[in-house]
Amino acid sequence: MSRAVYLDYNSGAPVRPEVAAAMVESLAEPGNPSSVHVYGRAARARVETARRQLAGLVGADPAGIVFTSGGTEANALALRGCGRSRLLVSSIEHPSILDSAVEAERVPVTRDGVVDLGALDCLLAANTRPALVSLMLANNETGIVQPVAEAARIIHAHGAWLHCDAAQAAGRIRVSLNELGADILTVSAHKMGGPAGAGALILAESGRTLAPILLGGGQERRRRAGTENVAGIVGLGVAAQLAGDDLAAADTTCGVRALRDRLERDALRLVPDAAVIGAGAPRLPNTSCLVLPGVEGRTQVMALDLAGVAVSAGSACSSGKVAPSHVLAAMGLEERVKGSAIRVSLGWSSRMEDVDAFLTAWADLARHKGLKVSEAA
Amino acid sequence: MTALGKTTRPSLPRAPGAPVYLDYQATTPCDPRVVEVMLPWFTEKFGNPHSRNHRYGWEAEEAVEKAREQIADIIGADAKEVIFTSGATESNNLALKGVAHFYKDKKNHIVTVVTEHKCVLDTCRYLEQEGFSVTYLPVKTDGLVDLGELEAAITDKTAIVSVMAVNNEIGVIQPLAEIGAICRKKGAFFHTDCAQAVGKIPLDVNAMNIDLMSISAHKLYGPKGVGALYVRRRPRVRLVPLITGGGQERGMRSGTLPTPLCVGFGEACVIAKAEMGAENERLMGLRNRLLGGLKQRLPEIYVNGDLDHRIPGNLNISFAFVEGEGLMMGVKELAVSSGSACTSASLEPSYVLRALGVDVEMAHTSLRLGLGRFTTDEDIEFAIDHITQAVEHLRAMSPLWDMHLEGVDIKSIEWAEH
Repeated sequence: MSRAVYLDYNSGAPVRPEVAAAMVESLAEPGNPSSVHVYGRAARARVETARRQLAGLVGADPAGIVFTSGGTEANALALRGCGRSRLLVSSIEHPSILDSAVEAERVPVTRDGVVDLGALDCLLAANTRPALVSLMLANNETGIVQPVAEAARIIHAHGAWLHCDAAQAAGRIRVSLNELGADILTVSAHKMGGPAGAGALILAESGRTLAPILLGGGQERRRRAGTENVAGIVGLGVAAQLAGDDLAAADTTCGVRALRDRLERDALRLVPDAAVIGAGAPRLPNTSCLVLPGVEGRTQVMALDLAGVAVSAGSACSSGKVAPSHVLAAMGLEERVKGSAIRVSLGWSSRMEDVDAFLTAWADLARHKGLKVSEAA
Repeated sequence: MTALGKTTRPSLPRAPGAPVYLDYQATTPCDPRVVEVMLPWFTEKFGNPHSRNHRYGWEAEEAVEKAREQIADIIGADAKEVIFTSGATESNNLALKGVAHFYKDKKNHIVTVVTEHKCVLDTCRYLEQEGFSVTYLPVKTDGLVDLGELEAAITDKTAIVSVMAVNNEIGVIQPLAEIGAICRKKGAFFHTDCAQAVGKIPLDVNAMNIDLMSISAHKLYGPKGVGALYVRRRPRVRLVPLITGGGQERGMRSGTLPTPLCVGFGEACVIAKAEMGAENERLMGLRNRLLGGLKQRLPEIYVNGDLDHRIPGNLNISFAFVEGEGLMMGVKELAVSSGSACTSASLEPSYVLRALGVDVEMAHTSLRLGLGRFTTDEDIEFAIDHITQAVEHLRAMSPLWDMHLEGVDIKSIEWAEH
């Protein structure tokens, strides 16, 4: 096998070298941030530096940041800790949202994969109980960016709160707590070049209390007990800093977007029957949800793996289960389409060779399956 | 590949002028051998272990499962019984809330001990607010639980008994096998917080009849941010999860597993298991030297908690006739923690020492001296000198010490306000 090609950044990204270096340094240090001696204070300082770095990425008050073990815990904390008696979630949310709030009302999405704002308005108007709406910023499967700021205006007009799961978006597109109008925001480190095992819940109103899930220690302003994952938090901070710098320079994003656009353009040119889901909608610059009609997503993923190209079909969470995508189903896509979709997602270390390797393997598969493949290179 | 082949104990570089680290119960530095095996999983093999579609996912899954076996091995469990969490705090929350909630229709009672870690006590208080009843057992002056009282506290309504293996402040080891036998006999689940115990004392979930066990990686030279909960499968213990969505860890704990942290945790267990015997002997030698040295040079010092049923890496000593804050200021060249309220992040004085019957003044003048893998002979000699000097200096300024030397029983004095 030649160089392995990794195009599954939405399920997990390699840690950036600067992040790894900072974490290794931190791992070797013996301090517990709750200790008052020099070692403890050094660990505390590292955690607070990371808090400022992450706050900088999303324009938050550092005091509003609650570090968690990742996006899933942050989502659970938001939904269960907010103290709102009524929960509404979009039907394309990540399983960590849907499963944390099985009783929640579902807000439908349109065929374009975008939350139905009219329906949201109606649902909120139907009941006056204090509500929290959870709406993701970018979908993990399609990359489609939701109209969160518009939703926020509707939500706030009804006196409800907005929780926004920005796990897939933070570090990839500009995320501003203020501009989004989100009251609570979730971020995950390992989707932006940081380590798995670290994430955060960010409160726009930094003093807001949360009913904690984990009890037993004053850490994180009594909102999340447990010795801080210092190295993980350091990694999250550095990753946020780097992602913010890249976004400001518009360098990597341009690079990733250019690669993704090239991938889609050539894919559609090579296989004229193929399609890109959400092509017309605002999307993350790194994600492509590609349909190869008549070829099961699972088959595509396995064939691509044999060719040394790692992509995915749907999300990577439901351990072992090959469930049909609830996201594509919620968009009302026909079985033929949604069963034939794969997710290709790029990131900070992706290169043009990766795109070429994918296109070659994918076109080979299409040809093998009897689809028309244009030979022009 | 494990780094065990190396025969020399790794050392930890210390910056010039940095204090000697004697706070191994607060946290331990990640062993360099552990860091080494973690590294590739950050940068080269970065797959999500739940990705079923490609080799990046498979190799990550394989690594996580190997780690699970390594963790199971050190406690005599089956790998299927080990659930990864973000740390012992989460494990303790999950064990207590998870069991209480699952069995709430049949049972509504919990038994624990007043000297448990805060996260166990806070979770119990939370469950009390939900309507569960909780018995908080006292401890004897040696810090150990009275088995008769424990047995008497368990009723047919008791869902779970939670007793820590090793106390984080005084290092005493509770009689786990005896407690396990009582719980099994009385039909209550036995949960034990082993954050301070794994890798320090031999543990066997079957021999000790342990049904749930909380483990922390960063107390055994692994990384922070990862821990585990052992959940017995036969007879089966069931839990309501705390974190849902994704269905990882058999539905008991959702969220992407952090592969490097799991791998580091596993390696830390392998090293701890292999080195425990020799390391305990070495630490016992160091601790005896430390205590002997201090006792030889300082009168009126008292060890808190039983000395025999105690991990070798812990000493907790109260120094009479000194003032707590002054003592901490005086031992600035040691990184230690104390039972004094003014020097810990919490506001209360050590509730553990208070539970042993240590009076407030003596709790305030206590130091917890935690020894560990990177503690050297020189560190111990330095600590003896440094503490002795600090205490002598403080006593030289203390009128109470003068009175004591003159034979006055300080406790007999009734202080008048004026």
